Formats: sequence, structure tokens, C-alpha cells
Amino acid sequence: MRLPGLPFSPLALVPPLTLALFLLPIGAGLVGTWLPAFGILPSLGGTGPTLTPWVRLLNDPALPGALTATLISGFGSTLLAFTLTVGFAAAAQGTWAYRQATRLLAPLLAVPHAAIAIGVAFLLAPSGFLLRLVSPWATGLDLPPDLATVQDRYGVALALALAVKETPFLLLMLLGALGQVQAPQRLATARSLGYGPVTAWLKTVLPAVYPQLRLPIYAVLAFSLSVIDMALILGPTAPPTFAVLVFRWFNDPDLTLRFVGAAGATLQLLVVVAGIALWRLAEIAAARLGRRWIARGNRGGPGQIARQGWSAAVFLLLGLGLASLLVMALWSFAGRWRWPDAWPDSVTLVTWSRQLEPAAASGWTTLLLGLAAAGLALALVLGCLEQEQRSGRRPTRALWLLYLPLLVPQVAFLFGAQVLAILAGLDGSFTALVWSHLLFVLPYVFLALAEPWRRLDTRYLRSAQCLGATPFAVFWRVKLPMLLRPVLFATAVGFAVSVAQYLPTLFAGGGRYATLTTEAVTLSAGADRRVVGVFAFLQALLPLAAFAAAVGIPAWCYRNRRALQ
Amino acid sequence: MTLELRSVSLSLTGRRLFAPLSLTVPDGEIVTVMGPSGSGKSSLLGYLCGTLERGFAVEGHALLDGADLTVLPPERRRVGILFQDDLLFPHLSVGENLAFGLPPDVRGRRARQVQVVDALADAGLEGFEQRDPATLSGGQRARVALLRTLLAQPRCLLLDEPFAKLDVSLRDRIRRFVFSHARARGLPTLLVTHDPEDAKAADGPLVALAGTDDDQ
Repeated sequence: MRLPGLPFSPLALVPPLTLALFLLPIGAGLVGTWLPAFGILPSLGGTGPTLTPWVRLLNDPALPGALTATLISGFGSTLLAFTLTVGFAAAAQGTWAYRQATRLLAPLLAVPHAAIAIGVAFLLAPSGFLLRLVSPWATGLDLPPDLATVQDRYGVALALALAVKETPFLLLMLLGALGQVQAPQRLATARSLGYGPVTAWLKTVLPAVYPQLRLPIYAVLAFSLSVIDMALILGPTAPPTFAVLVFRWFNDPDLTLRFVGAAGATLQLLVVVAGIALWRLAEIAAARLGRRWIARGNRGGPGQIARQGWSAAVFLLLGLGLASLLVMALWSFAGRWRWPDAWPDSVTLVTWSRQLEPAAASGWTTLLLGLAAAGLALALVLGCLEQEQRSGRRPTRALWLLYLPLLVPQVAFLFGAQVLAILAGLDGSFTALVWSHLLFVLPYVFLALAEPWRRLDTRYLRSAQCLGATPFAVFWRVKLPMLLRPVLFATAVGFAVSVAQYLPTLFAGGGRYATLTTEAVTLSAGADRRVVGVFAFLQALLPLAAFAAAVGIPAWCYRNRRALQ
Repeated sequence: MTLELRSVSLSLTGRRLFAPLSLTVPDGEIVTVMGPSGSGKSSLLGYLCGTLERGFAVEGHALLDGADLTVLPPERRRVGILFQDDLLFPHLSVGENLAFGLPPDVRGRRARQVQVVDALADAGLEGFEQRDPATLSGGQRARVALLRTLLAQPRCLLLDEPFAKLDVSLRDRIRRFVFSHARARGLPTLLVTHDPEDAKAADGPLVALAGTDDDQ
């Protein structure tokens, strides 16, 4: 009995290298944040273990309000996105509305968070587009009202904008999961036993797909509880959400506040961990109650009202997202635009021509950074997947660690990582910047590519081998071309994720690199809406262009290959 | 060229798939191995061409022309195989699929193209070079798949029920097409199938793949 031994291949080093690229900055970054939280940071004169940072943190008058806004916006947006996703899938499955909604997902997923936040602010603000539409004829207002419709105290506007980004993400994840649980058969069985469509879905499909939704939901919850760029634009200001409060401490000219910031970052991590634990407990409770509900045997009705209600809610939310993109674009072309006019007096290219130079500069940085991070991530992911396939091993559990950057709040480790980067002399370098983006780009590239890669019929590969193709040739001449579509799609996803990064760009770039996202967020704090519109629109345009290319290139390459269309 | 199996048996997680198998396939002869589905027929062929999945334990020897076949990586064994599906690469044209099979030592664009064109003409598929494989009929695809395998200049041919998915009306024609090409090139050919018609048409020795003790 013998198995041919695999010759050593450098490919075997790719998975451990990939993991090291992650675990190192995150692990070290966490520790590098925890130590200053207890007063240890020699370069700033912190030497002894002390609880002073925590005492200052807990005594800060802004803390209760900040935590309240964080919890309301974080849990609110996650609950909203989850309820809409599940309710819509249950109530509207198979309808025209459902198919249309799934088409709208891609553009909303592609657009960076900050751009959506800016657009939502343009729509909802007291001087925003929606009030303009109904003023003065319906509201009687001649001046923007003194109402906090955005930056409200509890972060409701923030939660709404978060849900605009998160609902498409959860819907996409749900669509992927539905393909794996034979949902139509389950539904048919339940329907034939007399269950109404919505009840049938909730009782037979949801329990099967939920386990696969769990990780995306935790990622959404972790993100919502710690988001910074959107909170800067739409969140409350005095006090801000907790993550923004921590962010301010880290940026305060008073360097002793770095220690308070580190303690705050640690608390932020605890908030997220506790939030996920709470969600898990709620899951267990819901499962208990759900079992009883299932056993009770209620058949449920035809679900007409549920269908209409949920479809309307989802379209309202998706519509808000799309409208926010349009209003952003409109502002960038607007000439004079007085309140309460619903349309600008003139449409002009003046803002664009004035902003072209600064926008092009940060646009190039954004583009190069995105291409570098997505390209690198693609190479690593392909290496991992190829190694997995060649060694015949099933995906190792260790690869799950790739999802760590999506669960650990950015603000909880980026400060520590920055301290390390300074020690390593990497601070503010392009390398550090690409690396920091890679942490968040790679998980999504992996998520997008792993399934199609593993699903490819291996008999094609065996055929190629038997025709004399080396493993290298099989990879380049069979696998890559056959998987061109998912490969480019995954790269576009990675690119979009990189374009959207705000905090890593600030921390790792040491303030030396301005991307469209950092510029847009900075400008949104008070610059002319026309200028903000230019940056936000470009910021949205880049990822959309990447997705268009990811769809267009394979379509053109394989225009004469029916099986690949 | 002779293909020889010496008490080959495969086991998966400690269970033997079939009793040790010994057989000899001389030049131009088609030996049929019959067995029900799940008896390890395809795994046997996977073992011979080197693409057996991990986890199988192997006993015995496989020799081609007296030399141990299994020490070579799959791409250097020059063992041609046809599966139930034609597995023409969907991203390549018919001509490119054939050129994929052609060994790199056929040098020069022209020389390679001539071989491809000739092979297509020989199979009654003149002018199909630029065609998208997805636009071909089942019979045409089956023929192109065989041509691709033969252009790789195999030293023996393995057939993994390649006719099972074809239309009944086509099956006999494709069978004759494959068998006559194999014979004309003097290739030792091993056919695994559960269709007695295949075995009859092969007109060669018949070996039944015996189940193992725990099945009987």
C-alpha cells in the first residue's frame, strides 16, 4: 500500500503565509491596544500598569450617551436588515418583486458605505431633497426646519443608512444559502401538507439556512456597532457614537488621551463581543420558541398582506439607496440650488472642472491601492484554493480565521497595529496601506471565489492532465479561463471593499494618503454639497466600474462560447 | 505496447472495492471490464491515469510495456481516457480543444494546425475548427473528444462508459468510430461499462469486476 508522495511545492506555503498576514497585525494590534489601555506605552511615557485610562473613560460624561447611540443604531440596523431580509424572502419568494430586488443588489453592494451615508444625508437632511420635494406646497415651510432628521441623538438616520448597505448583503448571502438546502422541495412538501407559503418558508427553510447566515449576521452586527465613517456623516455629534468618540480620542492633540482611546477601543471590542453573545442567546431562545411554534401545526394564511408589506418595505429601503446615489450625482452637477426648490436653477460642469485636479489625485491613490490590495488578495486566495485542491484536503478550519477581520472592530486593533508599524518603520508607507486594506479585502475575495472554485467539475482537470497538461498548465489554461467570471467578480468585490475603507487608510497611511473615501468623509463635515457630491459620486463610480468590467470582460471574451454565458 | 494489471485492488477507508484484478491488454485489443455501478470501475481507471482521489489505498501493479505506470505523474503517463461526458473545454473552440491535446513537440503553428484540420476531416467534421463546442450535437462532441484524446498520442486508451449518455440511435455509430480508431492505432484499450451491448460490440475478452467478500 502506498500513495505517491507529493513533491514539496512552494504553494504549500501560501495558506500559512496568508494566515500569518492576518493574524499578525490583528493579534499584535489587539495586544498593542490592550497594553496602552492599562497605561503601558513607553513611547508616550506610559510605563506602569495602571487603571487611570479606564477611570477616565468610565467617568467621561459623553460615555452613556455615546453607548446608547451605538447600541440603538447598531442593533437597530442589524435587526432591521435581518427582519427585512428574512421577511422578504419568506413573503415574496418567487414573485416579480423578488426577482427585481435581487437585481438591485449589486449596485448597492458595490457602493462604499460613506457614499451611501452622504447620499442619505442629502436626501433626509432638513435642507435635503425629500423635504424640498414637498415644500413649501405641502409643508408650508420656506426655510429648512430646525429638526434633527440626520445626526439625530439616537442614531436613527445612521441605522437606516446602515440597513441600506446591510440588507443587500444579507439578501445576497441568503440567496447563496438557499441554493444549498433544496428550498423548493422543502416548500413543496410543507405546502402540500396545507401550510401557507410564508409559514412554510419560516418553518422549513429558515431553520435550514440560518446557520449559513449566522456569520454574515455577526459581521453585520460587529460592523454596525463599530462603524466610523458613516457615523461621522449621519451619526449624532454631541455625544457621537461610541466608536467615533474613541476615534476622536485617538486623534486628539492631547497625547494622554491616546491611553483613554486605547481603553475605549478595548471597551468597543467588549461591546461587540457582548453584542454577538447577546444575539447568540436570542437565537437560542428563538429556536426554542420556534420549535414549539412549528409543533403547534398552525398552517398560516396565503400571506398576501405580508407579501405586499415586506415588498414595499424592502423597495423603500433599496429605493432610498438608489435615490441617494442619484441625488449625490445631481448635486455635483448643480448650479444655484435654493431651498426649497426641488431642482437646481441650472445644471453645470463648473464644480467638476474645479474639483478635477484634487479629485484625480485622490482618485489615482484609490485606484492604485484598490488594484494592489485586490490583486494581492486574489493571488493569495488562488494560491490557497489551488493548494487545497492539489493536496486533496478539505478546507481547513484555520481558514475560518480569515473572517476574523470582519468580526473584530477595526478601531479595536488599528491603533495597536499602527504602533507596531511605527516600530517596524512601515508607518505611513504604501506597503502598510496595502497591507491594512488586504486584511479586509481578502476575506471577501475568498468568500466570493471559494464556492465557484470548489464547484468546478474536477473531471475537466483530470481530462487536461491525461492529455499531458502539467498542474501549472491545468491552472492557467483550464481553471482560470473557465472560472474567469467568478475570478473577475471576486476581484471587483475586493476592489470595492478597498475603495470603501476609511479607518485603515487613516491609521496605516499615517495621514499621508488621501483616497476618495477619506476626502469625501472629511468634506462631508461642512464643505459645499456640490464638492462633496463630486467626491462621493466618484467614490461610488469606481467600484461600479469595476463590477461593470467584471461582467463585461468575460461576456466579451466568451461571446462565442455558449456554455460560458 | 501492452497494458498489464497485476492483482490490482483498491480500497477506501479499509473496504476493498473489488477482488484483486489481473489482466493483460495487448495491442489493438479491447478488454471489457463489467461491473455494477459503485463497484469501483471508474476508480480503477482513475488509478491507471493517475487521477485517483486521495484516500484510496492501492495494492498491485500496473505496467505499460513492462514499465511501472504509477511512478509517473498523470501528465507524463500518456494514458488517454474518455469519460461519459465529452468534457470539451467550454472556453476553447473545437480547434483549440484539439490543439490542447496535441503534444508541444509538434512545433510550429502551421504544423499544429494541419494536424488539427486533418483530424477533423478524418472524423467527417471538416471546417469545425472555429466552432463553439456548445453548438455541436452530442455525436459530434463525442467524436471531437476522441480526436482530442488521440492527438495527445496516448500509449493506451481507457474508456469510462463513454457511450452511456449518448442517444440510442447514435450509440452504435460512435462505438464503432471509437473502436475502429483504437484498433487502427493498435492501442491497448480498456473499457469499463455496465452495458452488455458495449461488451458485445467491443468483441474482446470480458472480465467481470468481482465484488468483495463483504458484498457477497
